[in-house]
Amino acid sequence: MAKTAKQKRKTVEYSRYGYYFIAPFFIVFAIFQLWPLIYTIGLAFCENYTDTMFNVEVGPVFNGIDNFKTVFIGKDGALFNTYTFLSLWNTIIMWLMNFIPQILLALLLAIWFTDTRVKMKAQGAYKIMTFMPNIITAATISVLFYSLFNYPNGPVNQLLLELGIFDEPFRFFQRKWATRGIISFINFWMWYGNTMVVLTAGVLGISPSLFEAARVDGASSFQIFKKVTLPLLRPILLFTLVNSAIGGLQMYDIPKLLTISGYGDPDYMTRTITMYMRELAFTGARQMGKASATSVVLFVVTLFFSLLLFYIMRDKDAIKERKQNKAVQKELARKGAK
Amino acid sequence: MMADGAQKMKKGAHARILGASIFRNIVCIFLCFLSLIPFWIMLVNATRSSTDIQMAFSLIPSTHIWENFQKLLYQANENVPLYRYMINSLVIAGFSTVLSVYFSTATAYGVTVYRFKGSQFAWAFIMAIMMIPTQVSSIGFFRFMYNLGLSNNFIPLIIPAIAAPATVFFMRQYMLSALPLEIIDAARIDGSGEFKTFNTIAVPLMKPAVATQAIFVFIASWNNFYTPSMLLSSQSLYTLPMFVQLMRGERFRSDYGIIYVGLVITILPIFIVYFALSKYIIAGVALGGVKE
Repeated sequence: MAKTAKQKRKTVEYSRYGYYFIAPFFIVFAIFQLWPLIYTIGLAFCENYTDTMFNVEVGPVFNGIDNFKTVFIGKDGALFNTYTFLSLWNTIIMWLMNFIPQILLALLLAIWFTDTRVKMKAQGAYKIMTFMPNIITAATISVLFYSLFNYPNGPVNQLLLELGIFDEPFRFFQRKWATRGIISFINFWMWYGNTMVVLTAGVLGISPSLFEAARVDGASSFQIFKKVTLPLLRPILLFTLVNSAIGGLQMYDIPKLLTISGYGDPDYMTRTITMYMRELAFTGARQMGKASATSVVLFVVTLFFSLLLFYIMRDKDAIKERKQNKAVQKELARKGAK
Repeated sequence: MMADGAQKMKKGAHARILGASIFRNIVCIFLCFLSLIPFWIMLVNATRSSTDIQMAFSLIPSTHIWENFQKLLYQANENVPLYRYMINSLVIAGFSTVLSVYFSTATAYGVTVYRFKGSQFAWAFIMAIMMIPTQVSSIGFFRFMYNLGLSNNFIPLIIPAIAAPATVFFMRQYMLSALPLEIIDAARIDGSGEFKTFNTIAVPLMKPAVATQAIFVFIASWNNFYTPSMLLSSQSLYTLPMFVQLMRGERFRSDYGIIYVGLVITILPIFIVYFALSKYIIAGVALGGVKE
């Protein structure tokens, strides 16, 4: 009796240490992430800028939803016709332009690399090479591509002229879609290797007996892909999608350093929402209040995307099964009551 | 007759497999080429004189690298010596890595080994905040640090590394398979204190995961441009990616040879680390991706 009481006390004593081990994480999180987030949300409802004429800071003073009004309603009174939503739109477009080809190519490569009939011996080398751009400093890659696509003497222009594809050098960074295309391409090029490695690991995680069974049953390669590989890859595809969407919405380094002005040439058409947010906060009148409201919009959109993707990718069969189970249980309960 | 047909089919299938194999390898070789070519052009142009670079496209290295490097040093060293940026990056990335890996292991240890009130909640919380990007709170972060007088300081770039949910996640996944609880119990019986057990038994057992995560945290910190460029205003504190931004400025824009050499210098350390550790890096990415 006494012994068990002692034992009990001992376990309680040990569990106390759990708090000590996780304390640094939570303290640092509270100071450096949670409080700044709350602070940002608070600032979004405050008037706070610097009067450039006298160089004095105004605010922060509570001003209700005034910041959100300027974020949502344009000068012409139209909803969403603002620079915030233009930059959000730019961000989403450039993310889609890189993500769709990225996931398709990564999936294709993952299937090739795991194909047991057509073995690829050099896949280790391929993985190392195609993954490589992912770990190189994005700032450096951006300036590199800026130099490569330079007008009129950048290597790309030189090559296009030498090959006779163009008659005169092309101003890539003065065309909306060319610049967006380059930014999307850089992102695609940096990330498809990563996605491919993740998806390859995912396919290898599927039990080989499932593929064999499908093959014995006479399923074609495409049928196997559609009915076995894709459904079982769903959690990993979801992970990739959410990760990429959230990362894509924060896109900053590459568009910031790719064009000369750094403000999303041409005509702010490649300015992403994080770029705009920082321009508001740290240039000119330093509109911290409006920048915070923009951050809140970004936060809500980020949250919305991750929830939406979870909803789309949810396991429909599992839900159906659960529903059926519930119905059966209800039926049984009803019968039992009778 | 039947056997003949089967053999023919087999031959056909064999040819098809060979064809597919050739096609797939060609595509992959093309992709490898695509990964390398921008860096190759960068390396080649770093060795060419500025006038050559403007004259024509070339894939053959020249001999002007030392000259370009000297010019770069001359231009860059005007205010702050070039090695300064590298040291700054190294200090920030080094401390961040040590703190992040150590405390992430500790946090994972806390929620895995101990059953305390709220341990389940703590784990769910860590999973939930993994989705929140740092950018959304950056305005508040900047103002808060500015008010504390830390805006021109390395502290806000290093200390937050202690709270890295993704690293904690990875550590816990690994811990579940690599750290048997019996060992910890045995240590307790031997009279080892809880922190001593963690430092001398758990951390060494976690070495492979620690190494993998250390590489990732270091690279992420080394490459980080967003936060340093927001916080640091005095040029002597600039990091390497911020130096890259400087190179786009007027002073360098006229001379392409310098820019390319500068880019090579910023990329070289990462290149060396990557090709030395690529096996572990790719294995780590594959492990991190297979999350339930």
